[in-house]
Amino acid sequence: MSAVPYEAVLVVAGILFVLGLAGLVARRNLLFVLVSLEIMINATGLAFIAAGSRWGRPDGQVVFLFILAMAAAEVSVGLALLLQIKRHFKTLDSDAAGTMKG
Amino acid sequence: MSLLAVVFYAAAAVAVISTVLVITRSSPIHALLYLIVSLLAVAVMFFTLGAPLAAALEVIIYAGAIVVLFVFVVMMFNLQGERTKRSAWTSVRTWAGPGILSAVLLAEVVLVLAAGGSHALGPRPVPPAEVGLSLFSTYVLGVELAAMLLLAAVVGAFHLGSRKRASHHRLFEEPTP
Repeated sequence: MSAVPYEAVLVVAGILFVLGLAGLVARRNLLFVLVSLEIMINATGLAFIAAGSRWGRPDGQVVFLFILAMAAAEVSVGLALLLQIKRHFKTLDSDAAGTMKG
Repeated sequence: MSLLAVVFYAAAAVAVISTVLVITRSSPIHALLYLIVSLLAVAVMFFTLGAPLAAALEVIIYAGAIVVLFVFVVMMFNLQGERTKRSAWTSVRTWAGPGILSAVLLAEVVLVLAAGGSHALGPRPVPPAEVGLSLFSTYVLGVELAAMLLLAAVVGAFHLGSRKRASHHRLFEEPTP
């Protein structure tokens, strides 16, 4: 990695992760919470790709494929839960679903 | 500074800008448009890092499948609730920002492909064949586990998404506070 140092890629991944975390904490709309989760998962994938590229090995891309499968599973279940919450509470505000039964 | 490094830093800037715009938009559709741009920028970064398979899958699965799921859900919410304002969604102000950022990314890709040579900032680009060999030899157990995870996700999403039951969880059985 001659022109772009490995650390620069990790800094970019860290910035994207922190942006996703900020969106996750700051937004109350549950759809934006899921979008922020996607941003964070994507940033971790970037870090893995950077590590795989740093040593010229395929392992980084393999782990990225697993992250991709995990993100697809997470978003399908998350969006189904989102539809249930919208149907029941008539809103997407995460504070509306803030109480537990037990 | 080499051409690939310039392209990498420009794609990183586009990714950060569009991600900031994602988490600050009020309209979900505007945020999703910028999310697509952010994912495309990350795909360009993957390509310059010498991971073409990951770049292609980022575009196909993330920007092509996962974001479409989000758009479907937003569409269902709008069908249940208020009528959508078609003129507001198709106005120039809606798509000008994502369009400009996407044009920057397209120019970068064209520039890299026209320049030729090795498309990797690392020691060498890792071709998809090596990824496949590693995936189905060293990591074959992970592939099986990912298949089981996806099956569980499909069953779970089907269960949660069916309209027939009144309640899917005891959390939802209580009256709304």
